[in-house]
Amino acid sequence: MIVLGIETSCDETSAALVRAGREVLSQVIFSQVALHRPYGGVVPEIASRNHVEKIMPVISEARAQAGLDWDRIDRIAVTSGPGLASALMIGVAAAKSLSLRLQRPLVAINHIEAHLYSAFLDPAAPDPAAACPLLVLIVSGGHTCLVRMSKPGVYRLIGQTIDDAAGEAFDKGANLLGLGYPGGPAIDRAAQNGNTQAIRFPRGLTRRPHHHDPTHDLLCLSFSGLKTSLLYHLKDHPLVPGDSRLADLAASYQEAIVDSLVRRTDDALRDEPYLAVVGGVSLNRRLREQMTALAARRRVRLLMAPPTFCADNAAMIAGLAGSPAFAKQPERLPMDLDVDPSLELNFNLSSATLT
Amino acid sequence: MKTDFPVAGTLYETKTPEETWAVAEQLAACLPVRAVLALHGELGAGKTCFVQGLARALGILRPITSPTFTLVQEYRGSRRLVHMDLYRIGSPDELLHLGFEDYLQEDGVLAIEWAERAGDLLPPDTRHLYFALQADQGRHTIRIG
Repeated sequence: MIVLGIETSCDETSAALVRAGREVLSQVIFSQVALHRPYGGVVPEIASRNHVEKIMPVISEARAQAGLDWDRIDRIAVTSGPGLASALMIGVAAAKSLSLRLQRPLVAINHIEAHLYSAFLDPAAPDPAAACPLLVLIVSGGHTCLVRMSKPGVYRLIGQTIDDAAGEAFDKGANLLGLGYPGGPAIDRAAQNGNTQAIRFPRGLTRRPHHHDPTHDLLCLSFSGLKTSLLYHLKDHPLVPGDSRLADLAASYQEAIVDSLVRRTDDALRDEPYLAVVGGVSLNRRLREQMTALAARRRVRLLMAPPTFCADNAAMIAGLAGSPAFAKQPERLPMDLDVDPSLELNFNLSSATLT
Repeated sequence: MKTDFPVAGTLYETKTPEETWAVAEQLAACLPVRAVLALHGELGAGKTCFVQGLARALGILRPITSPTFTLVQEYRGSRRLVHMDLYRIGSPDELLHLGFEDYLQEDGVLAIEWAERAGDLLPPDTRHLYFALQADQGRHTIRIG
């Protein structure tokens, strides 16, 4: 089965063709990051306007790169949430039109579940069913959570941020340090020769009763105090142009984020054979290094998506929709499909054993 | 018995997140079934912490995460809470596309960060709260506008 995937949940316009869930025939991503840079973050109006302009050329290009005729596409998969409502709408509208024009089934994909699936776009990764139970850290600009997948499509929430997402913590930190947007790559670069131990920033690790089952704890991460701590530090010791402390500050700030993520993942690991780290923040070099070390220490195999499938992309959408390991997504009538900006993962709330 | 919302100029001082939550809980008890709160203040001034306190008071159990990514987060507890961040909204027109007016129609508490971006779309009975981090660090103030 060949699936055309479409993704427009934030500031990336992407389309991809994937065969049988694993073989990426083509992927095109138009990144709007340069357009949003002057504003220090994603501007919804600019995002949706550019999705409108780019969506059809991006889809056509993906089809051309795969060298396939339109009628070779078996189904159309699109991100329906979570994300920016006005951005999601553009991809969903394009998918509906193509579904009607090509007379092919339409399926709606959860963006978070697709990020989780991206670990299986690595040709060396095992079959999703064979990798279970699997602990997954999903870490991006909008999301930070730890999920246990007991079998494909069956999820439990183990931990999550209780304020900012890790990617947002990078953006806010970079903003305070004058490093520009997007913050993740900027801090990664600035931290290269810095001392990770120069300043001890707080690690926001707490527990609270799990909202799915109060008899268990939710492993919480918090990045709001870290940002405030950097703010206080800079008020006491303002940076001057060309300041030699910048690398140390960036490295110490990054270390606080990475260390929090690694410690929480360590806490969440039980006896899973596999650990997956997915989402845009999984591109961070220090996080990759420290997660590799954690996996070695805990004797668990680490799965990470190839770099082109870490940030938002359509291959993960088409991959999940066409994966034989996951339950077939229900077909949606084009007239009935709507976007859901606050869509959550479909958590299994039935039995206990949350931790 | 429901007490009245504090008069303009009332000032609260908090030194810990727990104290900010307590102020939020106290104010939540004075709100009518449909209320709009405009939260003003810089990064780190305590706005999100205040919304966490509101959520507790409204019986919401799940964590209140930053609305920066999707602009709007909606929660249901004993009452409904809508948390908005309008920082990247350029004009009130864009808000209409987000269904801003629909959010105003339903019962619940609407807590809006960067509410000045909404311009004339804010209802006249909007309650304004001004958050600040004082120079002697660790001390926050919340002023009723």
